[in-house]
Amino acid sequence: MTELAPTVDLIINSRRRRAGRHAVLLALLIAVVLALFGITLSVGQSFTPPVEVIRVLIGQDLPGTSFTVAQLRLPRAVLSILAGMCFGLGGVAFQVMLRNPLASPDIIGITSGAGAAAVFAIVVLSMTGPMVSILAVAAGLCVAVLVYGLSFRNGIAGTRLILVGIGMSAMLQSVIAYILSSAPAWSLQEAMRWLTGSVNGAQLSQALPLFLALVLFGGLLLSRTRDLEALQLGDDTAAALGVRVATTRMLIIVCAVGMIATATAVTGPIAFVAFLAGPIAARIVRGNGSLLLPSALVGAILVLAGDYVGQLLLPSRYPVGVVTGALGAPYLIFLIVRVNRTGGSL
Amino acid sequence: MTGIHETSDRRWVSAARSNRVRSLWFAGLIVVLALLLALSVTIGTRNVDWSDISAALGGMQDTIGQAAIALRIPRTVLALLAGASLGLAGAIMQGVTRNPLADPGILGVNMGASLAVVTGVAWFGMSSAHAYIWTAIAGAGCTAVFVYTIGSLGRGGATPLKLALAGAATSIALASLAIAVVLPRGDIAGGIQSWQIGGVGGATYGRIVPVMPFLAAGFAISLLSARKLNSLALGDELAAGLGERVAVARAIASLGAILLCGATTAVCGPISFLGLVVPHLCRTLIGVDYRWLLPFSAVGGAGLLLGADILGRIVARPGEIDVGIVTALIGAPFFIWIVRRQRVREL
Repeated sequence: MTELAPTVDLIINSRRRRAGRHAVLLALLIAVVLALFGITLSVGQSFTPPVEVIRVLIGQDLPGTSFTVAQLRLPRAVLSILAGMCFGLGGVAFQVMLRNPLASPDIIGITSGAGAAAVFAIVVLSMTGPMVSILAVAAGLCVAVLVYGLSFRNGIAGTRLILVGIGMSAMLQSVIAYILSSAPAWSLQEAMRWLTGSVNGAQLSQALPLFLALVLFGGLLLSRTRDLEALQLGDDTAAALGVRVATTRMLIIVCAVGMIATATAVTGPIAFVAFLAGPIAARIVRGNGSLLLPSALVGAILVLAGDYVGQLLLPSRYPVGVVTGALGAPYLIFLIVRVNRTGGSL
Repeated sequence: MTGIHETSDRRWVSAARSNRVRSLWFAGLIVVLALLLALSVTIGTRNVDWSDISAALGGMQDTIGQAAIALRIPRTVLALLAGASLGLAGAIMQGVTRNPLADPGILGVNMGASLAVVTGVAWFGMSSAHAYIWTAIAGAGCTAVFVYTIGSLGRGGATPLKLALAGAATSIALASLAIAVVLPRGDIAGGIQSWQIGGVGGATYGRIVPVMPFLAAGFAISLLSARKLNSLALGDELAAGLGERVAVARAIASLGAILLCGATTAVCGPISFLGLVVPHLCRTLIGVDYRWLLPFSAVGGAGLLLGADILGRIVARPGEIDVGIVTALIGAPFFIWIVRRQRVREL
């Protein structure tokens, strides 16, 4: 026993160091999110001094400034953060569970399923509010189960699941295209929201379902971090470690789809955020602890920064999905090259 | 030659029929195609009676009915050409890559053509039909080379699933870039967006005639490469042993397919999954001999696209569903079915 002591100390120390690094990284990411939040609130078409922003936020009424900050910028920023976190968390849960960065919900058709349901609910059934979200979540779950079931054959093979998902996605995309093109009032702005995602015209009331989804599903998911990481080692190993594989997997799918679909119902499928957040977080964390929270924060950063860039820094105004889409596309291609060359994981 | 062929692909042996049976099937397909042609001219949003139809076919355009028919004729011609090109291109791609999942849409070739055209229109103010076609063909060619290169990286070379994954991912990435290119141009975005769904509605002879030479060249090269594809189907080593220059054969056959895909996409927009479904269906009819398979795929593709277009007009009356949407709804389940049948190695 005494001979083991130095080794045990070593392990404890290294664990502590890793936990410490993880905490520092999380703090840094949160700081970046807050900084971007602050910039979004104070620097727009016009500049609002931070002091005035804070005065508006604590409830004072300043003529003009109140409208710009509280009505225009705040909902946009809040929605960006919440949607980004939902996409990031849901995306990384899938990527980790299926051990493949390509298995993100926006590639295997879950986002398209939620989007198709939301478009159908809004354009054809003229629904609004929570009903749209519920329908989107239900559709997302159906697609997830369908893709999972269809690719199940003597066990799941990642490639098969991704290709089945891509096929499913192609069908659902064409449904979206049809509904949009046959809608009575075809508005490009609205259509773009459902093709690439945007936070244009955000209202604070829209943030509520996102917040609920994040607390409920996100909380549940984070409480299962350990099981999720065990699943990453392979089903057999996870089962040997005492994880109930089937139950955990079901729970993770429900949680991830819940977040992704709710976010999609509100902002549209913001392109590639779910796909990008995990791998970027993996580069930042470098094996020092869990990927879940960092991915959620990276998702928030991507959407906030993407929206800011799209609104202000480019020659014409783009919805956020176009910016993240242009960012994600080369990465997707790079990833395919790497996966094919080496056989890849996160 | 046939002996080797049979051992190399036993599955299709049972489906291989004598030439007479194949000829009969071909005649049957032609009859079906003729029927679909007739339907395509007669069915539409507006019900037109027979006298108007025959008058319109004679060139009259006096009544609204006759004018409607006059609009349906070029549309039918375009569906015929586009379907034949895509079916043929699909068969060629499946032969060149020896991959049952190959299709101009899935391998990203159509999306490459589409992105090239979109970029040309949005950034360089391209407007002439010839510029469209050349850009589309260039885009299709670059994407094909790119996807094939990526798909054949790593262990095992260009396995069906790896190639399909490379193509599908490239396609998704290019589609996303295309949206980014189009969006700031609010003046053209609506038009391009509807073009990108893929359809044959609103066709005019003015749009069809410029692509004819390209399609003709594509058809000629493709149909002439049947023998080469038969050799390639035996595997590279055997094909080389039989005296085939493998790389040259691949390049020539691909050129034909790229011409067809690029030219078709320039007119119709990217249409997926047609080139996947048609060759498979034709194989079950007449076996794997490319000398038969290629013409069958062309005729079958024309028939399927016409059928899909007619279906799109019937289902959503009084509106219509673009043919690109119909083919995706029919073709994607088929794609999933083939993916399920593949044995896969975990990447």
